[in-house]
Amino acid sequence: MNIPTNIATLIVGVLVTLISFWVGQHHGLLPVAASVNAPLIDGLFDTMITLSVGLFLLVQGALIFALFKFRKPKDDETDGPPWKENLPLEILWTGIPAIIVLGLSVYSFEVYNSIGGLEELAMQAHHHSMKGAAIAAPLNSTSQSSPTEPRLATIGFTAPANVKGTGVTVDVTGLQYAWIFNYPDSGITSGELHLPVGQDVQLKIKAMDVLHAFWVPQFRLKQDAIPGRETELWFKPTVIGTYPIVCAELCGSFHGAMRSQVIIEPQSDYDAWVQQQLADSAPSDHPTIASAGQSQSAETRLAPRLAEMGISELTLAQVHPHHDG
Amino acid sequence: MITAQLDGILPVNPSPELTERKWWDYFTFNTDHKVIGIQYLVTSFLFYLVGGALATAVRKELSTPEVDFVSRELYNSLFTMHATVMIFLWIVPAANGAFGNFLLPLMIGARDMAFPRLNAIAFWLIPPGGILLMSSFLVGAPASGWTSYPPLSLMNGKWGELIWILSLLILGTSSILGAVNFITTLLLMRRPGIGLNNMPLFCWAMLSSSALVLISTPVLAGALILLCFDLIGGTSFFNPTGGGDPIVYQHMFWFYSHPAVYIMILPVFGLVSEILPVHARKPIFGYQAIAYSSLAISFLGLIVWAHHMFTSGVPGWLRMFFMVATMVIAVPTGIKVFSWVATVWGGKLRLNSGMLFAMGFVSMFVIGGLSGVMLASAPFDIHVHDTYFVVAHLHYVLFGGSVFGLYAAIYHWFPKMTGRMINETWGKVHFVLTLVGFNLCFLPMHKVGLAGMPRRVAEYDPQFAAINLICSIGAYLLAVSTIPFVINAVYSWVRGPKAGANPWNAISPEWQTLSPPPIENYLGEPPFVPDPYDYGKDYNPGKRPMSQVKAADLWR
Ligand SMILES: [Cu+2]
Repeated sequence: MNIPTNIATLIVGVLVTLISFWVGQHHGLLPVAASVNAPLIDGLFDTMITLSVGLFLLVQGALIFALFKFRKPKDDETDGPPWKENLPLEILWTGIPAIIVLGLSVYSFEVYNSIGGLEELAMQAHHHSMKGAAIAAPLNSTSQSSPTEPRLATIGFTAPANVKGTGVTVDVTGLQYAWIFNYPDSGITSGELHLPVGQDVQLKIKAMDVLHAFWVPQFRLKQDAIPGRETELWFKPTVIGTYPIVCAELCGSFHGAMRSQVIIEPQSDYDAWVQQQLADSAPSDHPTIASAGQSQSAETRLAPRLAEMGISELTLAQVHPHHDG
Repeated sequence: MITAQLDGILPVNPSPELTERKWWDYFTFNTDHKVIGIQYLVTSFLFYLVGGALATAVRKELSTPEVDFVSRELYNSLFTMHATVMIFLWIVPAANGAFGNFLLPLMIGARDMAFPRLNAIAFWLIPPGGILLMSSFLVGAPASGWTSYPPLSLMNGKWGELIWILSLLILGTSSILGAVNFITTLLLMRRPGIGLNNMPLFCWAMLSSSALVLISTPVLAGALILLCFDLIGGTSFFNPTGGGDPIVYQHMFWFYSHPAVYIMILPVFGLVSEILPVHARKPIFGYQAIAYSSLAISFLGLIVWAHHMFTSGVPGWLRMFFMVATMVIAVPTGIKVFSWVATVWGGKLRLNSGMLFAMGFVSMFVIGGLSGVMLASAPFDIHVHDTYFVVAHLHYVLFGGSVFGLYAAIYHWFPKMTGRMINETWGKVHFVLTLVGFNLCFLPMHKVGLAGMPRRVAEYDPQFAAINLICSIGAYLLAVSTIPFVINAVYSWVRGPKAGANPWNAISPEWQTLSPPPIENYLGEPPFVPDPYDYGKDYNPGKRPMSQVKAADLWR
């Protein structure tokens, strides 16, 4: 089959292209992009939507056109044309998808690398097994380990070497059915995640009981929390606001209720929040008692649900850091 | 001459005992592949109705953001059982067992499968496996999703989980026995003259699918047995509290369960490749490309499993490998889609129910294929993994794909299986209801998934309420759409007009015998069909070689 020169074909081609690009830019399917990674992933998605809409229109258009144009005429019991193959056409529809997926692979690899997904390749990964041990050990011990101590190769997303160690580090613990956030630098424990805008954030994620997954749709980031194994997420929030933290891995009957929120605020508000948290917990020397006074502590926030979910005080006390010594 | 070797296998005018089945044969341990095929089809369709009822209950719960229809525990059991029933008791046995059994010997000119008794055993494992699975509702059905990831699956009800494992082992055994039979039959029992390169494409599809069953199902069995030890024996293969690794289970599970997608879709690819040429009155376009792309998909399907684990305990470099391998599958899949469109293009389409469902299959499967390429891209998958975007994608592949294709096949081969025509008007009503209900139910799910709704939740953010209500209405419509089909199929089976041997005027070998076929498949020797897609012999408008046809000709 020669390349179509027919005007109608040309118009169809131009229209499909225009519609594809327009939809790719105006689909409005994704929520606010609130982290430095999110626009990269959105760009990738827009590209894939553009390509998909084009292919969708071509195939569906051909099928619907055929439905009307090639319907059997009444009383015509003869066959259609005996076309069995066409090598140039088949090379074309093998080659073009091959080039598209190759391009998408390279593009996706680039995006994946720039959101910190391949940092572990750059690091000297020491394979130190912490399976099982993490469950028995105090949960905040691994993140406070000295730099010389060998650690498990990263799973998830890590800060590039040049920003490593700056910004905020938070230990995240998933348990049926809540997220607990522990700030090792200040010793704060909270049921909500407060973060200063524009700072690099490194989350170290653990699970107490079953698999969970930490997901903030507005950051386009998700990582499973795995019992016995630490995983990581790195990002830089860019837009001030309050976003949902959603558990995305089935974790039991209250899985759908396992939600929290991340509050991205200006540095001054964040500092004030840290001071408030420290002031609230300072007078006490017992963590469980101290927590009762914290306005946003995990225990307070969860209290109405605890009995219903069967989580004991003791379980929560376990994840509470013993920073008082 | 090839035909000379086959003289005298059957008398030309055998007595009726050799040609007719009694109704009670279908309720016995019968070794006839056609009886077994219909046993598989009817049994799996009954389980499809069960799975559909479970799905309707799930959608009823999700029609509002609150938990108000069933308890949270029961909700988790409902979607776990829905998926398990639909996969292991409907699509796998219907696509492989039902049509593989009924069609393969007829297509290759054999009198039965290679191992008829093994074949009957494979079928008779299905009803006990299915009933066992259903019985779990009496002791607390499994509630850990059909993926049954530990440690959660070790912590929910022990008996429900144990029953789930045992019934899957039974159903997996059935699947393996079937695959052994299909491969042996296809390789060793073809009529002289039928080579690998002129057997119908459904045979290629079954060869590819059965290879996957043989390679991957034992790995699932291994994972389930180890999970069972953890569950009742207190071992710690996957239990992290004893030093086990839950991620190893995920690898083993998906080593089977990704190929399982191809076990559910490859045979349907084959069925559609049979149906389109007959009703388009054109040869299948690109026979060899379609045949070899089945093998390519089968091979690639074995090395992409960890794309289900992009957010799990898998290091970045491994995520990148599985991303690229998954992307590559789009190429052989695209070849098939374009070949089907080219088969339809320029034909003389007889738009009966079977053809409409087959074209609907291509149309819906393309949507699932495109979202599949998006999901292959790891950075994007990180966002949508375990969301309603994935739920939408998998239903476009397994319902828009497999179920549409199975309906097409039921309408197309109904006359051959029953000897009677199925009512076309009600078939078209069924098609329209299914198409509208399906898209109403699953298209909007893409949107809520992208916007932040996770899957497997009984309660959700109220901002998604309106779209979920639309999805639920679509699901109810889908449930209603099966009513005209069931009534039409049952009525036509008993009262439909006689079909005659070859009502579609098809060329492939299964139509060159009586409807329903006699017990020994063919009176006399099986026919020799050198090219099962040789349509277009009487094409009028001046026969021209393909190379001289311009695309512009098609627009006139
Ligand atoms: Cu959870």
